[in-house]
Amino acid sequence: MMKRKTLVTLSLVVALVAIFVISFALGSRHGDNPEERFGGTDSIATTQIQESNPDYKPWFSPFFEPASGEIESGLFSLQAGLGGSLLGFAIGALWGRRRAEQALGVPAGSGGTVTPSSQNS
Amino acid sequence: MHIAEGFLPATHCIAWYAVSTPFIVHGARRVIEESKEHPESRLLLAAAGAFTFVLSSIKLPSVTGSSSHPTGTGLGAVLFRPPVMAFLATIVLIFQALLLAHGGITTLGANVFSMGIAGPWVGYGAWLLGSRLGWHRNVSVFLALALADLSTYCVTSVQLGLAFPDPVSGFAGSVAKFLSVFAITQIPLAIAEGILGVLVFRLLADVARPELVKLGVLPAAKAEAVA
Repeated sequence: MMKRKTLVTLSLVVALVAIFVISFALGSRHGDNPEERFGGTDSIATTQIQESNPDYKPWFSPFFEPASGEIESGLFSLQAGLGGSLLGFAIGALWGRRRAEQALGVPAGSGGTVTPSSQNS
Repeated sequence: MHIAEGFLPATHCIAWYAVSTPFIVHGARRVIEESKEHPESRLLLAAAGAFTFVLSSIKLPSVTGSSSHPTGTGLGAVLFRPPVMAFLATIVLIFQALLLAHGGITTLGANVFSMGIAGPWVGYGAWLLGSRLGWHRNVSVFLALALADLSTYCVTSVQLGLAFPDPVSGFAGSVAKFLSVFAITQIPLAIAEGILGVLVFRLLADVARPELVKLGVLPAAKAEAVA
């Protein structure tokens, strides 16, 4: 049973990696200019808008714009880092809750009654 | 990717804000109620929020030669029902609009509608359908996350089509054009998000089974059988 579970997990991870390898390989064939490869769909859309509606002027611009692509990707990583930390913390805390329940012999299914934050159960 | 700042006419911005605001307010209320009534599910709520926070920050290459990012809203929609995601997605979108100049404050209403309302409801619908028809849980989770992701960008395309109808082919032609940018690019990403969702859901079913049973996401009987 455990073996099958590991196998499923492993094949899902492999499938995930395969999707991006294939996407990257197929996507690399698009566009003659390597500099323009893998641009964001948002900027492609805005270019498209300006081509089909040359009269349209964006009437508002961001208050703050990252000064370079490097700073921008840094800020995106910050977002990923914050989210990843919180996700890891939440899953880790849930895992700890299960361990504590087991240690106290609380029957599984009572739903986190050992955490101090839970007032009702 | 979200609609860029200033790239919707002012009337559309106001209209989308008007549509989205009630959902956001209701969603915020649901988040507060949920964490008050079920303190044990706070960690899962945090996990759902964190999941969409991470996924919407990762720009990935796609078959079309452009890149986009997933949305991660389907997981929370399955766990806590869609209203909660309207609020959580708004937080993500405000963060990106203010700090990353990605999306925008003027287009926030429209972007919340696509990512925080339409996507989660479509994903939740797929999950419900799968449960009704008795599909394997992993299949339902996969479809819920993949379709929440993909439909977000279909809605974005319609929003842009409404705002910028093509001079020749009109609204339909314009939507088709935007779909070819957003939706086609998104297909592999949506599939990947679905697979990642299955992985995360399996993990949650291990570490948070009692919480998931309480939320009604997992059947109670199965909990005893598998645990």
